[in-house]
Amino acid sequence: MHSFGFRANALLTFSLTILALICAMASISDNLNSPSPSAHVQVSNINRFQKSKGNDEVSMTLNVSANLQSLFTWNTKQVFVFLAAEYESPKNSLNQVSLWDAIIPSKEQAQFLIQTKNKYRFTDQGTNLRGKEYNLTLRWHVMPKTGKMFADKIVMTGFRLPEEYR
Amino acid sequence: MGWIGEAVDSVESLRIRQFLSQAVSLGMIVTSALIIWKGLMCVTGSESPVVVVLTGSMEPGFKRGDILFLHMSKDPIRAGEIVVFNVDGREIPIVHRVIKVHERQDTEDVDVLTKGDNNTGDDRPLYAHGQLWLQRHHIMGRAVGFLPYVGWVTIIMTEKPIIKYLLIGALGLLVITSKE
Repeated sequence: MHSFGFRANALLTFSLTILALICAMASISDNLNSPSPSAHVQVSNINRFQKSKGNDEVSMTLNVSANLQSLFTWNTKQVFVFLAAEYESPKNSLNQVSLWDAIIPSKEQAQFLIQTKNKYRFTDQGTNLRGKEYNLTLRWHVMPKTGKMFADKIVMTGFRLPEEYR
Repeated sequence: MGWIGEAVDSVESLRIRQFLSQAVSLGMIVTSALIIWKGLMCVTGSESPVVVVLTGSMEPGFKRGDILFLHMSKDPIRAGEIVVFNVDGREIPIVHRVIKVHERQDTEDVDVLTKGDNNTGDDRPLYAHGQLWLQRHHIMGRAVGFLPYVGWVTIIMTEKPIIKYLLIGALGLLVITSKE
C-alpha cells in the first residue's frame, strides 16, 4: 500500500495535475485583459510599379507606427505583428499580401515607429493593381507562454495605387 | 489428502481471476487512450489534433519539443494564421505561418503561401517541385493552442526506441503486478 512505487506515482500524478491546472489558469487569465492597441500607417513612396512575369508588382516605402503594449500580459511570450495589403480583384474575392512583419518579444518594444520597404513582394495574381483601392491591415497574433493564442487587427482603409506604371 | 487438493485448486482459480482482471484493466487503459485520441479527432476536425514541433523554423515562438493543438474548421484561411500542411512527396507535416492568401471569386479555391518566422525566405523551396501555392487540401489544420516542452517525450521516444520499449515494459509490469 505505502511502497516507494505508490508514493512516487502519487507524487508524480499530483504534481502533473497541479502543473496542468496552473497552465490552464494562466491561459484563462488572458481573457481578463482587454487591450486597446493603436496604429497608424502611411505609404510614403511608391518606389517601383511594374509588370513582372505577367503579374503587377509594387515596391513601396511604409511608415508604420503602433502602440501594442496593452496586448502584453504575464502569459505573453511574444507578439507577432504584420501589415497586410487587402484588396478585391475580378478573379479573387480576397487577396491578402503580407508586406512587413516583426516579432515583438517584450512590452518595452511594443511601441515603435519605423520606416521600411515592403519585406515581401507585393505581387498580384494578374494585372489588376493600377488605380486599385486597397486596405492596409495591421494584424497581430499573441503567442502565449502556454495555452490559447489570440489574434486581432486594425483595418486602415482608403489607400490607392497609382493609375500608371512607374 | 483431499483438503490439500482443494486448497491448491482455490489458489489456482484465484490466480486465473486475478490474471483476467489485470488483463481487463490493461485493456481498459489502452482503449480509453484510443477513445480520447479519436474523440479529439472528432471535436477538432483534424486528423492529427496534436502535433509536436520538430524544427526551429518558427523560433522564438515555437521551439523544438513544443506541442501545438490544431483545429480544422470551415472558416477561410487568412494571412497570419499558423497552419500545418502536408506537401506531396513529404512525409512529415510542416508548421508555418500564412503570409499570402488569394481566394477565388466564384469557387472555394484558395492559394496560400507560407513562411517560417525564423526563415528568411518563403516556403516555395520546401513545396513540391514547381509548386507555387498551397491549396486547401494540403492544409491539415491551424494552430490554436500551445504547450511548451511536453513534446520532448515523443521526440525522445522516436529517436531512442529502446527507451520506448523500456517504458512500455515497465508500465505493463506495473499494471500486471499491482493489486487493485
